[in-house]
Amino acid sequence: MKDIREDIAWAKINTDVLKSLENPRKLYWVILFFALAAFGVGVGCEIYQYSVGMGVENVNNPHVWGLYIATFIFWIGMSHSGTLLSAILHLMHADWRKPIYRFAEAMTTFSLMTAGLFVMVHIGRLWQFYYSLPYPNERGIWPNFQSPLLWDAMAIFTYLSSSIIFLYVGMIPDLAICRDNMKDGWRRKLYTLLSLGWEGTDRQWRNFRVTYLTVACFLIPLAVSVHSIVASDFAMSQQPGWHVTSFPPYFVAGALYSGCAAIITLFIILRYVFRFEEYMTLPILKKTVRLTFAIAMVWTYLNAVEFASVWYSHDSASKDVLIQKATGPFAFAWWGMIFCGSVVPLVLAFKRFQTNIPVLLVVSLLLNLGMWLERWMIVSPTFSHGYYPWTWDHDQWPSLIAWSIVLASFGWFTLLFMVFCKVFPSVSMYEVKEMVYHRSLHLKKGETAEQGAH
Amino acid sequence: MSVSNLLENWSQFRHFHPVDDKPHDPYKWAMSIDLDACTGCNACSVACYAENNLPVVGKDKYAHGHSMHWMRIERYWDEDVGVAGGREFPDQGAQFLPMMCQQCEAAPCETVCPVAATNHTADGLNSQIYNRCIGSRYCSANCPFKVRYFNWYDYPTTDNVWPAEMSQQLNPDVTVRGKGVMEKCTFCVQRISAAKVAAKGEGRIVHDGEIQTACQQVCPTSAISFGNLVDPESRVHKQWKAQQVELDKEAQAKDKHGEEGGSSGLRGYRILEELRPYPSVMYLERVRESAV
Repeated sequence: MKDIREDIAWAKINTDVLKSLENPRKLYWVILFFALAAFGVGVGCEIYQYSVGMGVENVNNPHVWGLYIATFIFWIGMSHSGTLLSAILHLMHADWRKPIYRFAEAMTTFSLMTAGLFVMVHIGRLWQFYYSLPYPNERGIWPNFQSPLLWDAMAIFTYLSSSIIFLYVGMIPDLAICRDNMKDGWRRKLYTLLSLGWEGTDRQWRNFRVTYLTVACFLIPLAVSVHSIVASDFAMSQQPGWHVTSFPPYFVAGALYSGCAAIITLFIILRYVFRFEEYMTLPILKKTVRLTFAIAMVWTYLNAVEFASVWYSHDSASKDVLIQKATGPFAFAWWGMIFCGSVVPLVLAFKRFQTNIPVLLVVSLLLNLGMWLERWMIVSPTFSHGYYPWTWDHDQWPSLIAWSIVLASFGWFTLLFMVFCKVFPSVSMYEVKEMVYHRSLHLKKGETAEQGAH
Repeated sequence: MSVSNLLENWSQFRHFHPVDDKPHDPYKWAMSIDLDACTGCNACSVACYAENNLPVVGKDKYAHGHSMHWMRIERYWDEDVGVAGGREFPDQGAQFLPMMCQQCEAAPCETVCPVAATNHTADGLNSQIYNRCIGSRYCSANCPFKVRYFNWYDYPTTDNVWPAEMSQQLNPDVTVRGKGVMEKCTFCVQRISAAKVAAKGEGRIVHDGEIQTACQQVCPTSAISFGNLVDPESRVHKQWKAQQVELDKEAQAKDKHGEEGGSSGLRGYRILEELRPYPSVMYLERVRESAV
């Protein structure tokens, strides 16, 4: 199993990564095409929904939330692992994150953007969405600061803007490399503009390090808070199945979980499409897989905690919702969630699968399917078996329009992500160089020590 | 709401508990519904459609759960009726429950609305501001009674919602609602406002019986009464008092035994009281042997 070579030349790192900006494999264009097609269908559906009304989602009066909210939570969750890899592991000096954190951070930013879209897709009067923002207006009307949805809007905007800053700041030295190596054209102009006159002087590096560390420290509490607040949307409500104290940590664990699974998927795709075999090496994949496995077990544990606390709570309404999840019309999705989320990751415990790319691709996709089902199973069953018996007999199934918009969100995310990877270096060049440098130093030290022993 | 209000007068805008807040004066609108008198005839629901310009969505949309009945009659059977191995007919027939917005004093819907489109009025109503609503539907998600209805389509421009020959029947005192906003029972707030304005002109407060809600007006068995809970002479006040139901009570001792060892004879209760939304609607129902 080959790790990153210690003797790899810095110039070669530059040319290899810069190549990804120019000629990816054909698969890249295939993916881009399908993403664009899916997104196009979704745009059509949204236009239809906007002009006709939310009824086309086929949610109904007691059952007012559906796929959109579930998918919203899914995308918010997906955004967490980027921060885990780039900020938390940065502070912990985990060396192996360096070649892969850039795309993980991009994943964070784009999945947050996708989640933001779902807020828009969900609300009944899209054209009035700005009412939920605390903007100054002549009538002196403010949003309701008691509402978890408002906290949500604020947390997401903060997290999104900080993520964009973090992604951008971390990219400045690489943008300068792009600027210096590109032929004349619009791209060179773009890189010149974005690299902010970076020349690699000591002073610039020092300022850069401080800024990067500051933003990283700022981002970590945000990452935890944003999904806790999404969890508050449910935990702060009164409904059985939602009013659960353990929701915030449960949501954060689920978020890290689906994010890590998505990193594995994207790792495999990028590695192939942009010919990054030399940098996105199997030992790095193996570490990511082990991390994912650990988080999967944390998630499973928190799931069990939730079930147990509901079961022994003597709260018959919550208990009924749990029974309904396991046996009612949503049983297939609920058991699917248990299978994909808790059983499938056991595959990752086996050493021989930890670097097996086809197996990992399938497993990581299944894990994210499980996590999507989890979000759906948080939102929907509470509506079909809540406190009030009158609501119990209502069958509800999302319409094709709703499913198309959910599918389109994957297209939109892939589109943004793939365009990003083509326009900006998705492997951090300067940090790979650092990594190689540290390793060669380490190696040299070892050799000197060996010589000294003789 | 300005920033200074936010910092200093927050309690003016939000009710935490009916007792901690400023007292309702001179009005607190409340209702009581006698389920033992209710025959399930649905007249109240029809009257509500007529009074409040509710859209008639039609069979298809009704089947999809898109109906807009602010006042709905729920029908419950004993548990063993109509299931395999159970009885074919119940002993006492179906049980009916007219359900509408309970105008909770600590309403779960109010706190969760991101834009403060649903608020408490000084006279104890849970108001809905259509112009402010953005349609996040969080209020309905958090409503324990599920009495909020969302405009899934743009009904005023939909054909056959109000048939052409009935175009003159729309109530001019009530707005029609466009797509994407939430609506619900208002306790016929247009009638309340009109009566309050008239009373103010004469320098008095509204008398009991001066305001009738549409559902109350048409009920053939007079099962519904509506009035000012603050006024000790009002029918609603007397009924609540007789049943020992109080606005800020958390649990009703309906099933407790009386001094002679028999039933206490109290029939009043409020639905889902234990969640502490402090509803403004009291229901009256005899405790049945089969239900105990």
